[in-house]
Amino acid sequence: MATSSTIDPMLPQPYLVREVSKETPDTFTLRLDPGNEARESVFRPGQFSMLWVFGVGELPISISGDPALRDRLIYTVRSVGQATHSLVNQKVGSGVGVRGPFGIGWPVEAARGRDVIVVAGGIGLAPLRPVIYQVLQNRKDYGRLVILYGGRSPRDLLYRKELAKWARIPETQVLITVDYGGIGWRGHVGVVTTLFKYSRLHPARSVAMVCGPEIMMRFVIRELETAGLSRDDIYLSMERNMKCAVGFCGHCQYGPHFICKDGPVFPYERMRPLLEKYEL
Amino acid sequence: METLERIIGEHPFFAGLDAGFLNLMVSCASNVRFTPGTYILKEGEAANTFYLVREGKVALELLAPPHKPIIVSTIGIGEILGWSWLMEPYVWKFSARAVDAVRAIALDGRCLRTKCEQNHDLGYEVLKRFAGIVEQRLDATRLQLLDVYAVRR
Ligand SMILES: Cc1cc2nc3c(=O)[nH]c(=O)nc-3n(C[C@H](O)[C@H](O)[C@H](O)COP(=O)(O)OP(=O)(O)OC[C@H]3O[C@@H](n4cnc5c(N)ncnc54)[C@H](O)[C@@H]3O)c2cc1C
Repeated sequence: MATSSTIDPMLPQPYLVREVSKETPDTFTLRLDPGNEARESVFRPGQFSMLWVFGVGELPISISGDPALRDRLIYTVRSVGQATHSLVNQKVGSGVGVRGPFGIGWPVEAARGRDVIVVAGGIGLAPLRPVIYQVLQNRKDYGRLVILYGGRSPRDLLYRKELAKWARIPETQVLITVDYGGIGWRGHVGVVTTLFKYSRLHPARSVAMVCGPEIMMRFVIRELETAGLSRDDIYLSMERNMKCAVGFCGHCQYGPHFICKDGPVFPYERMRPLLEKYEL
Repeated sequence: METLERIIGEHPFFAGLDAGFLNLMVSCASNVRFTPGTYILKEGEAANTFYLVREGKVALELLAPPHKPIIVSTIGIGEILGWSWLMEPYVWKFSARAVDAVRAIALDGRCLRTKCEQNHDLGYEVLKRFAGIVEQRLDATRLQLLDVYAVRR
């Protein structure tokens, strides 16, 4: 991945698919590495890559792996259309072009000393997983870590083993809910906003990082504001469609902001008008 | 040992009730326990109680024959279970099953209904509190119905 400023951000770097693992019926995690080349993959939580799938095209995908592991790039991809379908069906050993990392990520460094509230819906946990890794690796630099995660049904939940592991770590609260629970499910049933009443938040010392469908984020923001968080302490990832990823093409421009280079993570205060619009 | 007075007096649901009304609540209350898997209330049966969950989780289930019942939501610590006792025809519209060991305070709805009819100030306070819960659950249900994680094509 482009660690040096001499690499053209428009030029995809060759990577190899090393592992494809199934998370849910339609979501897969891919591990890529640069093969024999000695290239380090450096990124910050919340940044994304433009993945070039040969014969299909290019698409933005958040990096979902551990930023401390620089020999690889991890992506969690939900198959929703042609490009994502092709990506999750890549064979081990096949090549994928990678541009990036791009964008401004989550304020993990700025959150040192504070409680971190991660609120994720569906595939939205993928871009937030690097935040969780970083906070847990530097545990004493942060206050409480609260992870609220909502999915459609138990079989649609990502990273279940890791979630269970994180829940056992001191000062870490993990609450999971599903919209539809079968009779065998012993966890919470209800939308992600219903978890707030169990979450013991300390609003004045908390930073919230939220990712999921926009409508879910709007409802979550309402809960966070009711809990007493200031708008400046609420961050969202805006994953609206984009093309060039470097602020040239204007495809993802909104007013003065380019989602690709000024985001995808924004403080809620700046994104408020956008959340009320149907289209960019 | 926590007394019913203290638990009810400190619960947010009863916050703001004057001492006389709180005493009335306490006189209608008792401690109850349910082992995992047992039904606390059943769809179609007479609704004469509501519960303040103190420990454990309760699944609200809808019968959906010929399929297995569907869990429409769960109720956890600190939450109120059941409002059908307050609205005619006083029949449960769903079943509630203890997912794990549940400890709760049961409030006698029949006794409270009579007291609310006799004293409309109390009736209004009770209704206002239940309206708040109904509103929260309606909001959550609306969002649930939107099925936000489904792929839009
Ligand atoms: C910054 C950023 C980060 C992203 N990170 C991830 C990630 O980590 N994992 C992942 O699975 N996906 C991620 N996405 C979304 C992913 O890029 C799209 O799903 C993909 O481009 C769709 O291409 P497709 O050809 O498979 O589907 P298409 O045929 O283009 O679309 C299929 C359906 O998905 C909808 N759709 C497409 N793109 C988006 C989008 N961005 N937001 C909402 N709906 C969309 C379309 O409206 C359509 O209904 C991210 C998007 C952005 C902008």
